[in-house]
Amino acid sequence: MGKQINVALVGNPNTGKTSVFNQLTGLTQKIGNYPGITVEKKEGVTKISRILTAHILDLPGTYSLNASSLDENIVIELLMNKNHKDYPDVVVVVSDIENLKRNLLLFTQIKDLGIPTILAINMADRMERKGIELDIPEMEEQLKTKIALISARKKTGFDELKKHIKNYSLLPTSPCCNVSSIDKAYFDKLQQTYPGQDRYKLWLLITHDANFGELDRNTVKPKNGLPQKTKDEIKRLQHKEVVARYQFINTMLKSCFKQDLNLAKGMRAQLDKVLTHPVWGYLVFFIILLLIFQAIYDWSTIPMDYIDEAFAYASQWVKNTFPAGMFTNLLAEGVVPGIGGIVIFIPQIAMLFLFISILEETGYMSRVVFLMDKSMRKFGLSGKSVIPLVSGTACAIPAVMAARNIENWKERLITIFVVPFTTCSARLPVYLIIIALVIPQKYFLGFISYQALALMAMYIIGFGAAFAAAWIANKSLKVGTRSSFVIEMPDYKLPIFKNVGLTVIDKTKAFVIGAGKIILSISIILWVLASFGPSDTFGNAEENVKAEMASSKQNLQDIDMDKKIASYKLKHSYMGIMGRSMEPAFTPLGYDWKIGIALISSFAAREVFVGTLATIYSVGTDDQETIKERLAGEKNTATGKPLFTLASGISLLLFYAFAMQCMSTLAIVKRETNSWKWPILQLVLMTGFAYLTALIAYQLLNL
Amino acid sequence: MELCTFVFIKSKLINVTIADLKKGQKAIIQDSSARDIPLKLLELGCLPGNEVALLHIAPFSDPMYLSINDTHLAIRKETASLIQVKSED
Repeated sequence: MGKQINVALVGNPNTGKTSVFNQLTGLTQKIGNYPGITVEKKEGVTKISRILTAHILDLPGTYSLNASSLDENIVIELLMNKNHKDYPDVVVVVSDIENLKRNLLLFTQIKDLGIPTILAINMADRMERKGIELDIPEMEEQLKTKIALISARKKTGFDELKKHIKNYSLLPTSPCCNVSSIDKAYFDKLQQTYPGQDRYKLWLLITHDANFGELDRNTVKPKNGLPQKTKDEIKRLQHKEVVARYQFINTMLKSCFKQDLNLAKGMRAQLDKVLTHPVWGYLVFFIILLLIFQAIYDWSTIPMDYIDEAFAYASQWVKNTFPAGMFTNLLAEGVVPGIGGIVIFIPQIAMLFLFISILEETGYMSRVVFLMDKSMRKFGLSGKSVIPLVSGTACAIPAVMAARNIENWKERLITIFVVPFTTCSARLPVYLIIIALVIPQKYFLGFISYQALALMAMYIIGFGAAFAAAWIANKSLKVGTRSSFVIEMPDYKLPIFKNVGLTVIDKTKAFVIGAGKIILSISIILWVLASFGPSDTFGNAEENVKAEMASSKQNLQDIDMDKKIASYKLKHSYMGIMGRSMEPAFTPLGYDWKIGIALISSFAAREVFVGTLATIYSVGTDDQETIKERLAGEKNTATGKPLFTLASGISLLLFYAFAMQCMSTLAIVKRETNSWKWPILQLVLMTGFAYLTALIAYQLLNL
Repeated sequence: MELCTFVFIKSKLINVTIADLKKGQKAIIQDSSARDIPLKLLELGCLPGNEVALLHIAPFSDPMYLSINDTHLAIRKETASLIQVKSED
């Protein structure tokens, strides 16, 4: 049994810190959440020597210890709290060769905390191409540390890094840069007031509005004549701190860092000329978007069809294999289709994350943010809202999470608020079947299908609603936040396959488990509601149907009889009773109680709609053609006219376009905004608006 | 009269900011201490004495794509107009 130490990886965003982490831990890594918040916690294990293993924690990327976001707070909270179980024995600051200067800013801050700190300079393979030379021994001397030149891409330098980790206890823990010079009198006073505490830690406590473990913020309340600093004074001192650190870094780099700019080559300038161009830039973005849509809606359907068939088969298999009874039915009609309803989205989600992670890895996403920011801001959104809005066309859940990197709280809130309007993949099966029912299969100008146009219109309506809602929210929200938009434009890089692959696996897993739990439990509840009812009607379904048949002198085949009984059972199940009692609310929209039930059950997840209708119309299969035929023949019980007309169809389409019918999204919005206020507002406003537009559309078209 | 002109010119000189630069132009940062400049920007190297180059401007002249202190980043025009610079040419 060897010894295990804690190693924390810290670094700026875009330094390849995650690649270093992936290289060190490989598939041993685990992705979880920090307790209570939704910041990802990545950890793994690596073998350092025969007797030493290291638990590696990949901390969120940060530019400094002056945290401005939830993710960055994690870093300080851990590094300040000696009693934390993950408190590192040694910190590895991952820097990249081209942005050494500002990476060193973070390094000097961490060094001040008195933790053994190693500097790992990543992308060392680019040194030659960029004409860079480093005097490593001199740098080690001045920074009072050990340095490893590594390349996560070429997998070099890791033996040296591990050697430094192994010898971590020999590293000096003294600071390399004296920050108390920015206001000597104040820092001396601070030290006098709290003898035995570290000056820099005290300073961090004063500048942050948070408690860090055992160092309680109340302990730095002004006392013993310690002058209290105003917000502006603190800001000015932070400014001075940054200047002081850069002075130290610049002096050091002057002697240790040489770059022959004539040798420096890069494709940044050429690529930026096209990708940030006022015309070509947008064109390229548009083409990439088309490609993503194509991938999600066309290429993904192939595996999705297989999954669909596999689950239908599994359901059937369960029914045939296990002895008939309650449990078998729950399994075959509740659990298996419930799981199927989640698994079917894996290809689309995986495809979407594949594209998004490639766009981010290459550095292209920052250019999109740059191009879109101004136009998005007119709607109270940020350039950084593009990513959530595009992701929303697959699923609102990862999209809401993707809004996290928007610094401005108001812009982030509006983004989260409007994302559920974008046409997510769960609306697609609903749209497809309704459009097929009510839009004629004819061609505009002889070659453009009206049905395809209708589908496109639904997408436009979705985005249109999102932007309109954002505009209104922007006008009515009184959240006073300063606009602080800073985005790094990283160098273009070829994506590292391992990183992309791991991201796709992690995100897909998170979706399946997170959303899956909810979809699964709802589908079980639905099954129970649809499978039980009061004993006098539901319990005697067979006798009642037979009696009804006998009195109307109808003779039915066994198979039709079974369907009739199933349909009768559903009508008198608890769900049927609920649906019929709510019928008056749906009649003005052109729906009967059956559609009403499908609507209500869609609040668990929209894709339930088709399945519910399938059960209700006792077709007994999810095959869309037969449901369609059955629906086309359905009569409205009140008017006797066909149930699906242009009016009720359009009304239904509009309802699905606008209504907030997704429990999982509401749950994630609650988590991300940390309040029930926003999800409840979404539910009420979106659904109210959906009801109103559906009502108006039906009444107008029915005139 | 002359004094007036002098004051006028001087105040104009003082108020040159990154937002006034043209595409491709370089300048030296004079002051970045305004209250509304995010600390993050300073940490990325937006400090007096450092060179700034305006590389690209998005349509409607906002945001602005800069290179400061070897770091490439984009900021909004309102932030850019708070950072005073002295043009190099």
